[in-house]
Amino acid sequence: MKSFAELEAIRQKTLDKVNLRREHEGTRIVVGMATCGIAAGARPVMLAFLDEVSKRGLLDVTVAQTGCIGMCRLEPIVEITVPGQDKVTYVRVTPDMVPRIVTEHVVNGKPVDEYTIGAAE
Amino acid sequence: MELFRSHVLICGGTGCTSSGSAQLLKRFEELVEQNGLQKEVKLVHTGCFGLCEAGPVVIVYPEGAFYSRITVADVDEIVSEHLIKGRIVQRLLHKDSVETTGQVRALDDVEFYHKQKRVALRNCGVIDPENIDEYIAFDGYKALCKVLTEMQPQEVIDVIKASGLRGRGGAGFPTGMKWQFARNSENDKKYVCCNADEGDPGAFMDRSVLEGDPHAVLEAMAIAGYAIGSDQGYIYVRAEYPIAVKRLEIAINQAREYGLLGENIFGSGFNFDIDVRLGAGAFVCGEETALMNSIEGKRGEPRCRPPFPAVKGLFDKPTILNNVETYANVCQIILNGADWFASMGTERSKGTKVFALGGKINNTGLVEVPMGTTLREIIYEIGGGIPNGKKFKAVQTGGPSGGCLPASLLDTPIDYDNLIAAGSMMGSGGMIVMDEDNCMVDIARFFLDFTVDESCGKCTPCRIGTRRMLEILNRICEGKGEDGDIEKLEHLAANIKATALCGLGQTAPNPVLSTIRQFRSEYEAHIYDKHCPAGVCHKLLRYEIDTAKCKGCTLCARVCPAGAIMGSVKEPHVIDPTKCIKCGACMEKCKFGAISKK
Repeated sequence: MKSFAELEAIRQKTLDKVNLRREHEGTRIVVGMATCGIAAGARPVMLAFLDEVSKRGLLDVTVAQTGCIGMCRLEPIVEITVPGQDKVTYVRVTPDMVPRIVTEHVVNGKPVDEYTIGAAE
Repeated sequence: MELFRSHVLICGGTGCTSSGSAQLLKRFEELVEQNGLQKEVKLVHTGCFGLCEAGPVVIVYPEGAFYSRITVADVDEIVSEHLIKGRIVQRLLHKDSVETTGQVRALDDVEFYHKQKRVALRNCGVIDPENIDEYIAFDGYKALCKVLTEMQPQEVIDVIKASGLRGRGGAGFPTGMKWQFARNSENDKKYVCCNADEGDPGAFMDRSVLEGDPHAVLEAMAIAGYAIGSDQGYIYVRAEYPIAVKRLEIAINQAREYGLLGENIFGSGFNFDIDVRLGAGAFVCGEETALMNSIEGKRGEPRCRPPFPAVKGLFDKPTILNNVETYANVCQIILNGADWFASMGTERSKGTKVFALGGKINNTGLVEVPMGTTLREIIYEIGGGIPNGKKFKAVQTGGPSGGCLPASLLDTPIDYDNLIAAGSMMGSGGMIVMDEDNCMVDIARFFLDFTVDESCGKCTPCRIGTRRMLEILNRICEGKGEDGDIEKLEHLAANIKATALCGLGQTAPNPVLSTIRQFRSEYEAHIYDKHCPAGVCHKLLRYEIDTAKCKGCTLCARVCPAGAIMGSVKEPHVIDPTKCIKCGACMEKCKFGAISKK
């Protein structure tokens, strides 16, 4: 260890991995993982989110699961809350939609309207 | 290491390990694999959460669900319900962590944690102690970097002095001054030692820090090394702490690999390395000079002081020795500033103190509170009070060097000076709660018996004096106490305190003196009335049959192993006190409550 920058790099790299255990204000990605969600394919979707978030090294992003949101016909459902913005609900999410959602919504703050519940209904 | 959606923290402290947390971890690993959750759920074996009473403890994030007293069978339910379906298993939540609405409260809101302020224990139960990256993520080694790149050694000492940090091992010597003395001693070689020879019965805070956050101690020792001009540290830890030893060794190796120990740390030209030395479990080796003898490979006996270790310590070189908990505060002081630390606590005792709460208390465990918190707050609010509706009698602080405080002192704010004024001492922070069923003479005898056993025998007052005191106490407990025994004890105690070579002997009479001071009437009852008010001292007990209640069923006479009960059928029975061995078998069997203990 020769510099503060090296230490800081390790800190930043590990921080998002332990963020679940810290009090922090960040983006929350919540995947509906009740029986209906899992049957509709929520698990690969969640893994895709985990993968995408860690690949991009995004800080302060939590990926979590929740139970049935109540609209089983629209599963897999993913809710994303970016600090300072309203919650956005994506429906019938598939793993190949995930990179775009992360890029446009989580990183750039612009929800992908065509995937949201408003567009589906 | 990848990103996970859920972290399962399983306590790996000694308390939870002995209640089976290793099997829980194994079951979690099996089930996570069976269900294909390896990429979603991270299992973390942490240090102590503090609530050992409710162990084994498991916390699941992001919900922060606090599960207590988990069995291997419960793990199946947590995995299938919580981890797979996302439904918190209400049944297994710690009872205090569920509000009436059934919502999980944040961990900090649980009564047990609410009044606590975790500085020394901040990472215990939060990080994986065997993973240096997690320590770094929680600002680890930032203080060392700051010290080496931005501060002069004298500035470091000035900050520690200004913070008011005092030694957490018991005596409460100002840490900054200790470092200053060692810095001022000119020598080509100096040493930084860490005292992890935690020997007080009932104290386990140092063990928990080492098990839960070992890097915090390593980092602070390196900072101390820079401040006094030393390049070598030793941690003296008891071999009876196998988990702590293993985690320390892992931590030292990781720190060396990262170049956080070794040569030219942070490119500053500063070199520092740490080695572990195992103690063989002698209580006296927690005394600073005996500890140094032991590290040198000599017999663990104290040396005469002066010269003090800051001048002539380990291998006759200037040495500082601080307790584990003291070091655990250092990095936080460097990062947050002396004022932050000094803002907590009382006028002369700053910061927080960890206490190991044990004895007759509902929440046995580890608590960290700001100095100045009252005994009542610790025992009743954090500790949850006395079990079985019994009455509080006393609390023992400071282990074999401390004393007992009665109910009248419950509202005393705890700090170094108040405890000494009350006839006890801070000690390393063991806090043993006693209820009406504890005999204070017996307690004094217990602690003195411990120090007699642990006396190294080097000096006469301790070797012979404490033994004479123990003999008097044994006599009192056996009903052979005489008029003048209390005065004899006081006289011996005063001489031992004044003349013993080291802290062990100088403080050994404290448990006796403090119980005489606070509970003199109990001593008098033993000596003059041959009566033990708490009903503990075996030889002073008397079993009697109430003739009005006795139906003459003969059951007691039949169970009495000594043939001490006489009487014929349907006639009241009597106990022959000369034959009675006071085993209590008759009282246990009597269906009419006719037998009483006096």
